[in-house]
Amino acid sequence: MRLRANALIGGVLIGAVLVVALIGAMWTPYDPLEIDLLSKLQSPSATHWLGTDEFGRDVASRAMAGAASSGFIALFTVICAVLAGTAVGVLAGFLRGWTDRVLMAFNDALLAFPGILLALAVMVVIGASRIGLVVALTLANAPSVVRVVRGTVLSLREKEYVEASRMIGNPEWVTMLRHVLPNCIAPVSVLATSMFGWVLLAESALSFLGLGVAPPAPTWGNMLSGARSYLESAVWLGLVPGLCIALTLLGINLLGDALRDRLDPRMQ
Amino acid sequence: MNAEAPFLHVDGLKLVAERGGNAVVDGVSFDVKRGEFLAIVGESGSGKTMAARAILGLLPPGIRHAGGRITMEGTELLTLAPEALRQLRGAKIGMVFQEPMVSLNPAMRIGAQMAEGLKLHTNLSDLQIRERILAMLARVQIRDPERCIDAWPHEFSGGMRQRIMLASVMLLKPALLIADEPTTALDTLTQGEVLDLMTELAREHGTAVLLITHNLGLVSRYAQRVVVLRKGELVETGVTAHVLHAPAHAYTRQLVDALPRRGPTTTRPGTPEPLIEARQLSVSFPTAKRGWFGRAGTHLAVDAVDLTVHAGETVAVVGGSGSGKTTLGRAMLRLAAASGGEVLFRGQPVPASGKALQPFRLACQLVFQDPYSSLNPRQRIGDAVREPLRLVPGMSAAQMQARVDEVLDEVGLTGFARRFPHELSGGQRQRVAIARAIVRRPAFVVADEPVSALDMSIQAQVLALFQSLQKTHGFACLFISHDLAAVEQIADRVVVMEAGRIVEQGTRDEVFDAPQHAYTRALLAAAPVL
Repeated sequence: MRLRANALIGGVLIGAVLVVALIGAMWTPYDPLEIDLLSKLQSPSATHWLGTDEFGRDVASRAMAGAASSGFIALFTVICAVLAGTAVGVLAGFLRGWTDRVLMAFNDALLAFPGILLALAVMVVIGASRIGLVVALTLANAPSVVRVVRGTVLSLREKEYVEASRMIGNPEWVTMLRHVLPNCIAPVSVLATSMFGWVLLAESALSFLGLGVAPPAPTWGNMLSGARSYLESAVWLGLVPGLCIALTLLGINLLGDALRDRLDPRMQ
Repeated sequence: MNAEAPFLHVDGLKLVAERGGNAVVDGVSFDVKRGEFLAIVGESGSGKTMAARAILGLLPPGIRHAGGRITMEGTELLTLAPEALRQLRGAKIGMVFQEPMVSLNPAMRIGAQMAEGLKLHTNLSDLQIRERILAMLARVQIRDPERCIDAWPHEFSGGMRQRIMLASVMLLKPALLIADEPTTALDTLTQGEVLDLMTELAREHGTAVLLITHNLGLVSRYAQRVVVLRKGELVETGVTAHVLHAPAHAYTRQLVDALPRRGPTTTRPGTPEPLIEARQLSVSFPTAKRGWFGRAGTHLAVDAVDLTVHAGETVAVVGGSGSGKTTLGRAMLRLAAASGGEVLFRGQPVPASGKALQPFRLACQLVFQDPYSSLNPRQRIGDAVREPLRLVPGMSAAQMQARVDEVLDEVGLTGFARRFPHELSGGQRQRVAIARAIVRRPAFVVADEPVSALDMSIQAQVLALFQSLQKTHGFACLFISHDLAAVEQIADRVVVMEAGRIVEQGTRDEVFDAPQHAYTRALLAAAPVL
C-alpha cells in the first residue's frame, strides 16, 4: 500500500516536471531571455508569478525553460551513463581475465579523477553545449556504474543458476543476457536515481564556471548559481530553482524505488 | 536446591508475528533439568528456534511475546529488565549458533573474542583470562592454543570455528547451553566430534544442554529427552528412546518413517561398456595461503581419480567436506577445469571446452544442493524448465510445451509453470531443479547433495521422486552426499573419498556392511542412526 503511494507521488512529481518542461520548450509566459531592467528583483506578484531576477527576467518563464534544458541534460546523461556503464561492467565481470583487467584499469583511472574535474576537462575539449555537457557528465558518471555492475556480475556469476545455464549448454552470451543482466537491475536503478541528482547539480556547477549551457539561456543550475548574490534581498531567486531540483529528485527517487520493486518478481 | 527440580521452566509460551498475528509458538511447555540434555526437534517453521530465542530475550523484530512464562530458578525471564537479562546471557545461559562461518567476528582475534565474555562477567585479571582461554582451547582439542589466541577466525575451518565458539561459551560455565543447529553446516565426521565434545564439556561443568535440531539421528544419539514441535505446537515429549521407537503421535511417526532406509539391492543386466568414465582425473586449485601454511602453492582437490558409471546406475560419492567429492562431480561434467587425466563419455574422450563439448552438455545434467540459488529469481518456472529444450535440435514450440507440462506433472508441480521461484518452498524449488535437469532426458545426472538443504519429511519425498524418475527414464546418476542414510537408500555403488583420493569403493552392501578402510569406518560410525 505504502509502495503504491510512493509510486503515485513520484509519478505525479515527475509527470508535472515533464509537462512543465514540454510546455516550457514551446511557450512561456514571458520571453525567458528578455531583459527588463525597470522591473528587476520584483517579488512574486500577479504579473510575475514567481518574481523577476536581477535583469528583470521572469523567474517562472526561466524555470519552465530551464526545466526543459536541465531535464534533457540529466535524463540523457543518466541513460547514457547507465547503458555505457552496464555494457562495460557486464563485459568486464563476465569475461574476466585480460578484458577485465584492461577495462578496469581504464575505469579506475577515470574514477580517480573527481567527476566534476573530469567533466570540466571534457567540456574544455568539446566546447560548451548541451551535447558536450551530456558527453562530459556521462564520462564522469559511467565509471561508478561500471564498478557497481562488475561487482554485481562477479557475485552473480558464481550463482548456481548461472552454472545451470552453462550446464544446459547455453552460449556464454545467452547466459549473460538471460541470467546475469536482468539481476543487475536493482543496484543499477538505485545508482541511477542518485546519479540524477548529482547530474542536475553538476550541470549547475559547470554552468556556473561558464562551461555548461552558456548564459543567458536558463537552466536550473545556472539560475541557482546566479541567485547566490541576491539570497538576502530576493529569496525567491534561489528558492524557485532549488525547489524545482529538490522536487524532481524526490520524484525520481520515489519513482525509481517503485520501478525497481515493480521490476522484481519477488516484490509482488 | 533439589537436583530434580526443573532448572528452566517454560510454561504455555506463546509468540506471535506482529504482522498478521499468526502464532509462531503456541502454548508450548517444557522443563529443562539441571545437567540434562534436552532436544527440541522440528522442521522449518515449527518455531523451535523462536522458542529457544525467547529464553534469552533474543526475539527478532516482528515477533512478539503473547503469553506464557519462562522461569529460571524461580526468576521470571520474560519480564526481566534488559539490564538484568544481559547479566544472565553468557554467564548463566550460553548459546551456540548454526553458522560457524559468520558467528565469529572476522575482524577480531580469537583470543580477544573469547575474552569478551570473561571480562564482562568475571573480575579475572588479563593473565588469568589468558590461562583460562588456553586451557579451554586445549580442552576442545585445538592444536597449538598459544597460536590460536592470536589467530583470526578465517584461518579455521567450520568445524574448528564451531569448537572455538563452544569453547568461548563454555568458558563462563553456564548453567544452560542453547545450541541452535550447531552442526548442520558441518559434515558427518566433524558433526560427531563437535557434539561429542559438547556433551563431555556439559557433563564436566554440570551444564544443561538444549539442542535445537531437525536431525532425529542426533537426537537419538545425544539427547535424554526430546520435545517435538510442529507449526508452533508441542506434538509430543518424553524420554528419547520412547518417543523415537514408539511414537505416540502420527507426526512423530511420520518423521521417523521419513528417515531413509536401505532400498532393495538391484542387480543390473551387465553393461560392460561404462557410460562415463574418469581416468586419472585430477583437479588442482592455486592456494594463496601465507603465514600459517607457508607460501602459495597448489592444492590437489581431486587426485588422479578413476571412476566409472554405467548406464542407469547410481554411484554415490561420500566423504567429509574438503574431500573433493563436489569438485570430482564438477570435473566429470567439465564444469571445473581438470589439471590432468581425461573423461570418456560412451567411450569417446570429452573435450575440455569449446563447440565439441555441446553433445556432451546435451546428454548430461546437474542438480544443485541449494534450491534457493539454483533458480534465476526473475525466470518463471515454466521458462526455467523449457530453457534446456531450446537447444535440442528440431524441437517445435508445441513439442517443447508438451514436454514441459509432462515433466512438471512428473515432479508433482502441475500448474506451477507461471510462478516465480520465490513463490515456492524449498522442496518445490528442488523439484523444479530436478525437472530442469531431466527435461532433456539426459543419460547422466550429477546430483550434488540434492536433499541436504531440505526438511526431513521433504528429503524423503524428493529422494523418492528422484528414484522413481530414475526408474522411469533410466539415467545414470552420480550422487554426491555426506548423508550416509540417503546414500544407503539410493545408491547401487558407493565410492568413498578422502583428501581428493578414492579410498574405498564397492557395492552399497559391501561398503556399508563390511567397510575396509579406516576412514569409511569412521564415517559410518559418526553417522547418526536411530
